[in-house]
Amino acid sequence: MDIDLDPIEQFDAPIYHRYHATSSRAITPFLHAMKRGELLGHLSTATGKVLFPPLGACPESGQATQIPVILSDSGTVIGFTTVHLPIPGSKLVPPFTVANILLDGADQACSHLISECGINAVAIGMRVAAVWRSAEVWNNSLENIEYFKPTGEPLVDIDILQQQCLAKAEQRKEPVKGGQNA
Amino acid sequence: MSNHRVAICGVGQTERYKTKLSCSLAGLVREAALNALADAGCGWSDIDALIIGKAPDMFEGVVMPEAYLAEALGGVNKPVIRVHTAGSVGGSTAIVAANHIKSGLFKRVLTVAFEKQSESNAHWALSPSMPFRPHFNSGAGGMFAPVIREYMRRSDAPEDVGCQVAVKDRLHAINNPHAHLHLPDIDIDTVKNSPMLWEPTRFLESCPSSDGACAMVLAAESHADTSAHKPAWVHAMAMRSEPSFYPWREEVNPEASRACAKDLYAQAGITQPRKQLDMAEVYVPFSWFEPIWLESLGFAESGQGWRLTLEGATSRDQGGDIPWNCSGGVLSSNPIGASGMIRFAEAALQVRGMAEQRQVEGAKRALGHAYGGHSQFFAMWIVGSEKP
Repeated sequence: MDIDLDPIEQFDAPIYHRYHATSSRAITPFLHAMKRGELLGHLSTATGKVLFPPLGACPESGQATQIPVILSDSGTVIGFTTVHLPIPGSKLVPPFTVANILLDGADQACSHLISECGINAVAIGMRVAAVWRSAEVWNNSLENIEYFKPTGEPLVDIDILQQQCLAKAEQRKEPVKGGQNA
Repeated sequence: MSNHRVAICGVGQTERYKTKLSCSLAGLVREAALNALADAGCGWSDIDALIIGKAPDMFEGVVMPEAYLAEALGGVNKPVIRVHTAGSVGGSTAIVAANHIKSGLFKRVLTVAFEKQSESNAHWALSPSMPFRPHFNSGAGGMFAPVIREYMRRSDAPEDVGCQVAVKDRLHAINNPHAHLHLPDIDIDTVKNSPMLWEPTRFLESCPSSDGACAMVLAAESHADTSAHKPAWVHAMAMRSEPSFYPWREEVNPEASRACAKDLYAQAGITQPRKQLDMAEVYVPFSWFEPIWLESLGFAESGQGWRLTLEGATSRDQGGDIPWNCSGGVLSSNPIGASGMIRFAEAALQVRGMAEQRQVEGAKRALGHAYGGHSQFFAMWIVGSEKP
């Protein structure tokens, strides 16, 4: 045995996990709507809140959701970060700004990119609108929206926005009939 | 359920939480386990069961490593239990282990938590491309940066607070031979001038990528006298979790964090944590999480946590009344899966009077804390020098 060889302490061995995913009953209509250029959420009758993207159940009540709500493609930035670090496996070139955007009519923010303004111009409460890719390339994906851009409307106070949304949700809520919460 | 007292009889850590290419996962966990057994005055045959925790398997690409590691940890033909709660797992694992003593099922358990970040890339592991979703993930820093920004918006805290935490924890780490980072020359300007990674989080306001393991021997009262040193006693423990996403989820001060702390303090009879605890080891992977958790854990009123940091209340070096992270914390060493257990173990070392250069004089009761996922998994314990 040759004991003079240098030890090999580390080498790169990339691993891949390729799989086929089947969309659930809840997310299938959402994906078809995306292909039409529509943003489809679900109303949770238990809480009166509108979930986007809809995953089939209301996280707060545990109840199945199926009432579709078509949402606007404009919304409000309720949180964001600008990333300066390249992320392995990501196509995005830093710096890029990822925001939590509350679409008008939704109660749950979704993540998307903000562009067409300097990274220092992004702010909490900024009004933004979707910039869609050309319709020929639309797929069953939220990536049909390339990014969101500022609309130039005045900043929104997100605390007031939250109060307004929760008040609307309260009105949409349906009383539970029977069951342990009745 | 029986309610046996739980003693922490042994604590073991790897020599230093820096990149360790010359050591396998098995070697890493065994080093910590042997140190814990030596502290507890026990051998492998004295252990009834093995409770293992680590963060997601993607972090090293070894699936179900607990099966492969059982042999290195003396676990063959013994119950081996794996715990999964993302970044909080080191804390949850200690609690699962303690409950196996508390219930009376076992007399002595070995609990081990680890991570070897050098074997993979945590940013990659935390940013998987999910089906049906655009790929905008950007690692743990990208997840927490908006939470930090929201805290800054609500509290109107000065920009320096995060930098001050980053300096304070790194200066604490100089006293801890196990700490990955030893940065004796660090100051506010060094932190401020370090590169921005995920705005508003800078490089030096972020935790490092570390390798390491932490282990503890927990025992029932009847089996707690083997160590040459006095044990620490578990006074309270609690875990809570909540979903990653739901409408209007409170991300800065999560409901699960508040509920976990409330349960914990009720068990230990604590109404004023800042006064009644002598120190705390709290999971602060990004600097601004110190003021965030100071408030959530009841050490400060809502919106006021940053004042404690600026006043030096959490600094052992400045003689603060409630030192946080005397070990240097997660900001100085982050072997992710182990980081929660290190917090729990450092709290135990403090109340045993065994924290050496980082000892808080006369510490009698200490908090160990861990959180993980999207600020959604929480594990906490309070340990004391006397029996509960």
